[in-house]
Amino acid sequence: MRDTVYKNVSRNADVADVVARDTWVEIRRIELAPDQRAPQVPADTRRVPLEMRVKGFLAAPVCLGAQAEIITPAGRRLRGVLSEVNPAYSHGFGSPIPELSTIGSEVRAILREQGRFK
Amino acid sequence: MIDSYESIMAQRADIMRASIGLDYAKYETGVVAFDYERLLADTGYDIDTARQVQRKTAVGNTPLVELTNITELARTVAAPGMGARIFLKDEAANPSGSFKDRRASLCVHEAGKRGYQGVVAATSGNYGAAVASQAAKAGLRCIVVQEAFDCEGIAQPEIAEKTRACEAYGAEVIRLSVGPELFYVFLCVLKETGYFNASLYTPYSILGIETLGHELTHQVQEQAERFPDIVIATHAGGGNVTGTARGLLKAGAVNTEMVAASVDLAGLHMASDHDFNRKSFTTGHTGFSMPFTTWPDRADVPRNAARALRYMDRFVTVTQGEVFYITEVLAELEGLQRGPAGNTSLAAAFVMAQDLDRDRIIVVQETEYTGAGKHPLAQLNLARRLGIDVRRGDPRDSRPGESIVIPECPSQLTVVDVDLDGVRQSYIRHAIDSLAAGDQLSDADFMFLAAETRTSRHYVEDIVNEMRAKIR
Repeated sequence: MRDTVYKNVSRNADVADVVARDTWVEIRRIELAPDQRAPQVPADTRRVPLEMRVKGFLAAPVCLGAQAEIITPAGRRLRGVLSEVNPAYSHGFGSPIPELSTIGSEVRAILREQGRFK
Repeated sequence: MIDSYESIMAQRADIMRASIGLDYAKYETGVVAFDYERLLADTGYDIDTARQVQRKTAVGNTPLVELTNITELARTVAAPGMGARIFLKDEAANPSGSFKDRRASLCVHEAGKRGYQGVVAATSGNYGAAVASQAAKAGLRCIVVQEAFDCEGIAQPEIAEKTRACEAYGAEVIRLSVGPELFYVFLCVLKETGYFNASLYTPYSILGIETLGHELTHQVQEQAERFPDIVIATHAGGGNVTGTARGLLKAGAVNTEMVAASVDLAGLHMASDHDFNRKSFTTGHTGFSMPFTTWPDRADVPRNAARALRYMDRFVTVTQGEVFYITEVLAELEGLQRGPAGNTSLAAAFVMAQDLDRDRIIVVQETEYTGAGKHPLAQLNLARRLGIDVRRGDPRDSRPGESIVIPECPSQLTVVDVDLDGVRQSYIRHAIDSLAAGDQLSDADFMFLAAETRTSRHYVEDIVNEMRAKIR
């Protein structure tokens, strides 16, 4: 179960490269397979496993996609498949949403009519 | 050796007891009743003590800002002479950027006092960052367990930002895919580490919010020489409403109306992988507030100290599009980029102000920091990517998970009242359903259920008899 092969592992490193010890990485592992899930889980969720992803410092050198051990910021040792090296924070804002872009000028125009805004 | 789901769930009571250090059993006074006030009082945190703890980490004493331009905008759509003054308690000024620092401060302080080496919190929201921030200052280890991404690996942008914030404060963040078994992982971590359960629902977490209600009462008195007429809290698990209302009462604001406001996400399933990223709000929504108001003891502690139904005078919902709209208005008319989720109560305040005289005061009792991921743009870009129809129009036409309709003008904002009587009946039904075979309700239980629902013993008895008649 723990040897699940993950698709879309990080593109930050070549799979063949050995990742050095103490590198900040992410591991993934399956906590519950679909047939182990809680009874109250709805059908769509039950079709997929409960997956865990945790970041930490690599305890010993391994290749991307191999079983790895990390030491987390809380000092715990956790094992899982090495999935990302120096994982990025990729969340952001994205493009402006046209449906929001004009709200400011609309409400300012209302207050301008009241003589409140320049 | 990893414990199975069933094995860990069977150890739940023991793990809980060890991780909170509170013997909840000693507060039980009936088969459903427990001594709520004594559970809270025994912690020893009155308002002054809580404030002293919070002052050490710069929690609290946040500004109360009068939203003069938004008030003026509300008056342009209100009947002549109507439009209460709207004030905002800028809780984003707390160390980690939300009122959750108040909750985390007493939890982490208590964990340190009791000699725990670290704290664990199960939360995908601002509370994780708050616990991580407080733990950093206290020199305790911290683990945050989040429900963070769907089966495609797509992270909810707001939760991705909380992941970053928690990691910035030095916490270990366990990110999980969708499912209520987060609780199983949480219990495994508590069992393995022996850390403190910094649950959102401990007495400490609720007592930490009392300072908010207390503070805002005094600030309104200073600025307007009266008590607030209405205080509105964004409502999810119930802590915000409970703690704030208790603080108001302790400050003497006994006639202030306490309003709970949630984003309407009816139809979206909380445990559905498919629905997970189709919710453009991660908190303050009915997916939490309905189940927690009608049965608070579904929480990650044996007895939830957040019991919102005891304190709310009114419960309203607004739509996602209305909250995004008011979030834009707050930024562009008041120069405050906050929310979006925390602005749920602001959307409701904008509507409710229109029904009150101009000398009345409505307080929106929190804000939260805004940033990458925690922003209307991030949410609406993801919504569009998932095929949700985002458009301007009448927000009443929106359907959670299918469309988000952003008002075309301020007069289109409305609130929908939740039928509190229905909520009370649902609560009592849950209480009866929780009974084990052979359990009999005593006088203490009837009085407890009446206090929980702010009704009478007679009211509770009627519903119980009705249920029994149906069973027969």
